[in-house]
Amino acid sequence: MSGTATAVPPAAKAAERPPARTNRRPVRPARIVLYTFLTVAALGWLAPLLFAVYASLRPYQETAKYGYLSLPRHLSLHYYSEAWTSAEMGKYFRNTLYIAVPAVLLTLFFASFVAFALSRYKIPGRKTLLVMFTAGNLLPPQVMVTPLYTVYTKIHLPYFMSSSGTLYDSYLGVIAIHVAFQTGFCVFVLYNYMRTIPHELTEAAIVDGASAWRQYWQVIMPLTRPALGALGTLEFTWIYNDFLWALVLMSSGDKLPVTSALNNLRGEFFTDYNLLAAGSVLVALPTLIVFFALQKQFVSGLTLGANKG
Amino acid sequence: MNKSLPHQLPLMSRRSLLRGAVVGASAFAVPAALAACGSSSSGGSSGGSGTVNKNVSFGSNYSDAVPKKALGDVMAKFQTDKGFTVAVNTVDHNSFQENITRYLKGSPDDVFTWFAGYRMQYFAAQGLATPIDDVWQSIGSNYSDAFAKASTGQDGKKYFVPFYNYPWALFYRKSVWQAKGYQIPKTVDELKTLCAKMQADGLSPIGFADKDGWPAMGTFDQINMRMNGYDFHVNLMAGKQSWTDPKVKNVFSLWSSLLPYHQKGALGLTWQEAAQSLAAKKSGMYLLGSFVAQQFSATDLPDLDFFAFPQIDAQYGTDAVEAPIDGFMISKKAKNVAGAKELLKFLGSTDAQNIYLKTDPSDVGANSKVDTSAYNAIQKKSAEFIGAAKQISQFLDRDANPTFASTVAIPALQQFLNKPNDIDGLLKNMDAQAKTIYAGG
Amino acid sequence: MTVPSSVTQASTERVTARRRRLGRFTRRDIVILSILLAIPVLFDLSLIWATTAASIGLSFSNYNGVTAIQWIGGRNYEQIFTIYEPFWRAVRNNLLWLGVLGLIGTPLGLFFAVLLDKKIRFTRFYQGLFYMPVVLSLAVVGFIAQLIYSRDYGVLNSLLGRADHPTDWLGDPSINIWAILAAVVWRHTGYVMILYLAGLKAVDPALKEAAVIDGANERQTFFRVVFPTLRPINIIVLVITVIEALRAFDIVYAVNSGRNGLELLSVLVTQNIVGEASRIGFGSAIAVILLATSLGFVIVYLTQIIREDRQ
Repeated sequence: MSGTATAVPPAAKAAERPPARTNRRPVRPARIVLYTFLTVAALGWLAPLLFAVYASLRPYQETAKYGYLSLPRHLSLHYYSEAWTSAEMGKYFRNTLYIAVPAVLLTLFFASFVAFALSRYKIPGRKTLLVMFTAGNLLPPQVMVTPLYTVYTKIHLPYFMSSSGTLYDSYLGVIAIHVAFQTGFCVFVLYNYMRTIPHELTEAAIVDGASAWRQYWQVIMPLTRPALGALGTLEFTWIYNDFLWALVLMSSGDKLPVTSALNNLRGEFFTDYNLLAAGSVLVALPTLIVFFALQKQFVSGLTLGANKG
Repeated sequence: MNKSLPHQLPLMSRRSLLRGAVVGASAFAVPAALAACGSSSSGGSSGGSGTVNKNVSFGSNYSDAVPKKALGDVMAKFQTDKGFTVAVNTVDHNSFQENITRYLKGSPDDVFTWFAGYRMQYFAAQGLATPIDDVWQSIGSNYSDAFAKASTGQDGKKYFVPFYNYPWALFYRKSVWQAKGYQIPKTVDELKTLCAKMQADGLSPIGFADKDGWPAMGTFDQINMRMNGYDFHVNLMAGKQSWTDPKVKNVFSLWSSLLPYHQKGALGLTWQEAAQSLAAKKSGMYLLGSFVAQQFSATDLPDLDFFAFPQIDAQYGTDAVEAPIDGFMISKKAKNVAGAKELLKFLGSTDAQNIYLKTDPSDVGANSKVDTSAYNAIQKKSAEFIGAAKQISQFLDRDANPTFASTVAIPALQQFLNKPNDIDGLLKNMDAQAKTIYAGG
Repeated sequence: MTVPSSVTQASTERVTARRRRLGRFTRRDIVILSILLAIPVLFDLSLIWATTAASIGLSFSNYNGVTAIQWIGGRNYEQIFTIYEPFWRAVRNNLLWLGVLGLIGTPLGLFFAVLLDKKIRFTRFYQGLFYMPVVLSLAVVGFIAQLIYSRDYGVLNSLLGRADHPTDWLGDPSINIWAILAAVVWRHTGYVMILYLAGLKAVDPALKEAAVIDGANERQTFFRVVFPTLRPINIIVLVITVIEALRAFDIVYAVNSGRNGLELLSVLVTQNIVGEASRIGFGSAIAVILLATSLGFVIVYLTQIIREDRQ
């Protein structure tokens, strides 16, 4: 396991302990039980997904006749290409990126700066701010729908920002609520993470005459990388999977994200569930890829409040 | 905003339209020179030559592949014939319905797809739709009185252009019935006898599925209209009759006497699964809309047939047919009302419906002059069936207040299916909720 | 958990530190700090808190999204508690949800985390598998539920060999909530596991080694030494569990729109506010009830934050 090139705060360092030395230990019976249990449990955890993939490879008529747990008579990737084309997934994946990428980046940027300011400086009212952000993330989102919709329809925007002329039915509006809602959680996590970074580091920068921005951008941010990686993964998953905000704040079918596009595969009357399975697997892929790509940083970065005080 | 980049000009006119009175002549005041730039932006941009703006936006819930393509063909014909540009905004039908209020209040398209019945009247009464009596003056002769009535708002004005519909009835496989020698029941008692016979033959007599909540409404409507007549159905749905009326209780009592013949586990089944039981010859018949045909393979389809839910009270016979109508309306906020009306005239024409029906195997054109020669057997029979009806109802969730249908009727019917014995308590509760909802809160 | 003797000393130190630091801000620092703090604060206040407050107001009206607002006092609340059938079922289901997550889902997640923290091979592979359900969206989970639980075609009934008397896992209102809860545990465990893994990695290994030297067995080491040091994360997991149970929404919505035994408060709010019904005043009142319940737990969470902050 190669450590990341950046310096890691002490809390995260524990996570980077190389497991190499354990490899040569003789295998004890307890270990065998452990591995057997883990393997069985993991397969049990994976089985529903595997069944979904299996179903997506079989024609609807076949599973409707013989049930999902039956031997295959036909297997093909036909549903994948059909889902991709008939639900126009390429277009909707692009829409999701228009929403998720700016929303994740802005959330991380604002949250990290707020966390930086609250954890490094004794700003007046900082506890109130911390409470406000954190509690805001815990409110049920459905409460906000109607007032938000009403406000959005009243805010007019120039055409280059929103083709509908208002904040309603625009990417900006959806991004804004995601950022507002998710910043709370990120502030909380990052605040706890940054508190584990020794004060001496910023003190030294202050002695060198570094501005607040430089302390944030050049001292703290590089040290916060693992936490940002972890949060990036979580936030991407959440924002990517959201359908509520897009559903209630958008009216143009062409702008909807890919989660809503899956509904296009649900017929008004007839739904081909195996086609839906193929579409669902396609939609799940990006979040899985992001998770596996960032997995290494994920656990070490999520040390939340688990500091040793 | 002094920059005179060409692509910003349509925006200016669009924004001023949004703020201004929206409808009428102001929409045509934009110089024709600007129209060329406007066509690329989203629907509703100004443009035009002569008197009528030729850009119309269209909000569609035809999200399934086949209907979407069929509708695309219809629009293509309109564009080439009349020189219009139609910007179609397709949203999946489920989201479209959930969003309808926000959509119509926000930035709706000029024309939008919707349903006939109280569900149309409700939004018209809220002032979210534009009356289209002038459209009906030119297309009225294409429609029977029942369709005209179904397109009329509570204020007596027309708001809706019907496109197609489909009947609800008891569907069965001819081969099964021939093999067992079953006869089509004429009365509900004959139906019960038949059910008992089917059960003895090892069949599940009446296919049934209600996981999604709405199919049970179809059964309620059939029994209610056979027992109490069409007018009672309409009044009950419109909140003018009490749910505690003994007539309603009778409907549930009769239904509970039929429940033992219904497919088991209905609350966990989708209609598709129940339709598969019919196709697999496990169920004897199935009360559903003609879209049940979509679950039949091309080889099995000719074996499918249907008959009307049998008579309960001779006074009402089998006069009423439930045949929900899908069609189109113009939003109140439409930016191009004149153009939208041209589009509706076209959609009400025989030509448009012929094009659409070519690709749709289970619906029937609403226009009485459509070409029926290309219909399959089910479509032909459906057309005759609806044509012979004395009254046409929509469906519980289309004839009733949408709030009542979705938040009261669905849970109540499901509760009845779980506990068919406590009808009084159920109806009392439905009535209490109906009273507050129909009173507006 | 505070250490009283050092408090006064620490606070005087803080005051001087604060003076020192604020004194060092240049005007540019202050501008940047104010702008970059003001933007997220304004977002949060206007989009989250102001809209929530407005909804509390709407819960006393019969607003339907179109016609003018009429104030009707507490009538919505009265109806919810008296004649709105699904409400009490939703409350019961939310409580069941909380119980099952708290007693099964969360402990299971902790258990997996402890096992995976044992310096085993392929740990990341196992982590990945257990975590996978967390990243799946509504549509996938809804489909998987249908696939497994469908009465006639589902995998479960086929495996149990109950073709003759199939169990109606999703349709029978007395058992469908349990079937769904099994799926919920499936999804929740990975989330909790990841949080605890992060916490366990941060536990100083010297603590464990010391306990082993003192002769403690594995279980004693965990419950007496490791678990208490996880206290901050325990609180977070507890609150997340509670919030997940109260906010639970997507899985029942995907299965049958949250009806027939699968009612949940958030689903009722959605059916009334978001759906075609557009009964906004009424839906807001249910949301306010949900909000009030959440607030109790939010307060626990916040006192923890503030207390930790003092450390």
